[in-house]
Amino acid sequence: MTATKRTRSPDITAAIRSSFAVGLAVAAYGISFGALAVAAGLDVWQTCVLSLLMFSGGSQFALVGVLATGGASAGGAAIASAVLLGTRNSLYALRVAPMIGPGVLKRLLAGHWTIDETTAVSTAQPTLASQRAGFWWTGVIIYVGWNLTTLLGALIGDQLGDVSQYGLDAAAAAAFLGLLWPRLKQLQPVVVAVGAAVVAAVLMPILPAGVPVLAAALVAVVVGLTNVFGTRESDIAEAEPDPMGER
Amino acid sequence: MTVWHIVLLASIAVLALKLVGFAVPAAWAEKPTATRLANLLTVALLSALVVVQTFGSSRGFEVDARLPAVAVAAVLFALRVPFILVIIAAALVAATIRAFT
Repeated sequence: MTATKRTRSPDITAAIRSSFAVGLAVAAYGISFGALAVAAGLDVWQTCVLSLLMFSGGSQFALVGVLATGGASAGGAAIASAVLLGTRNSLYALRVAPMIGPGVLKRLLAGHWTIDETTAVSTAQPTLASQRAGFWWTGVIIYVGWNLTTLLGALIGDQLGDVSQYGLDAAAAAAFLGLLWPRLKQLQPVVVAVGAAVVAAVLMPILPAGVPVLAAALVAVVVGLTNVFGTRESDIAEAEPDPMGER
Repeated sequence: MTVWHIVLLASIAVLALKLVGFAVPAAWAEKPTATRLANLLTVALLSALVVVQTFGSSRGFEVDARLPAVAVAAVLFALRVPFILVIIAAALVAATIRAFT
């Protein structure tokens, strides 16, 4: 360990600063996840296992959202929704993997922490060292923060009882809207969002809970494969995940 | 399937998807169709979940206090209000409407 290694470059300092900005903002809404999960019928342990093991906000909200309306009998659809929402993490991992370097345990942990925010912060940094710093700092802040606030939210939710009285069901809808909002910067995603909303609304009265959500995913498949309403420029721009904490 | 089965199966599947990205060749990330599909899939699912969570009920489709709450949330997101504050505001709107109706 030399003196030059101990001194932090301005790049790394900047990376750590954005890690804290994004990480703390995101960790805060673990409270809403914890409360909503308990409201959906999960116990405190199940809620915490989701944040510890699944650790992907969109997928976690989707799973408890479907369970809230359909119960355990909608389990298949709940799992499918969570998994489909988790597919984007595979693509993030492709981009993050080269900056992590070798070592099985390190790559396993990095894989577990590959989410919207770690990808966004790390890929935004100019040098390999600052990319690494951005990834690991954002990862550790969100992992610790998200799990602590999930537990807190679950304990609060446990005390609340009738949740609709407190508007928690409306809060869940607002949470999905908040995850969706930063992704609506181009025409193509807006078209897909509107199409998926219509499909879900039409199918809701006739199909079991959770299935309309999966059917709405077909809108993305059709638009994505044909690339209607898309441009080449948007392909590149859309690939950038948007850190929630940026807002 | 119990809730525990659902929680564990979904968690392992989502975790596996992340690890898959570390195992396949990096060249796959360059495929625009794959990237576009993953991004649009996320948009479609989140949008459908907004609708289901706003209008869903045991009777299928229902308009109630959740709709004005989500409308308020949309305005606040457009004004770049932080996530957690918007969530609280949405809950307050729905809770207030229910308290007086």
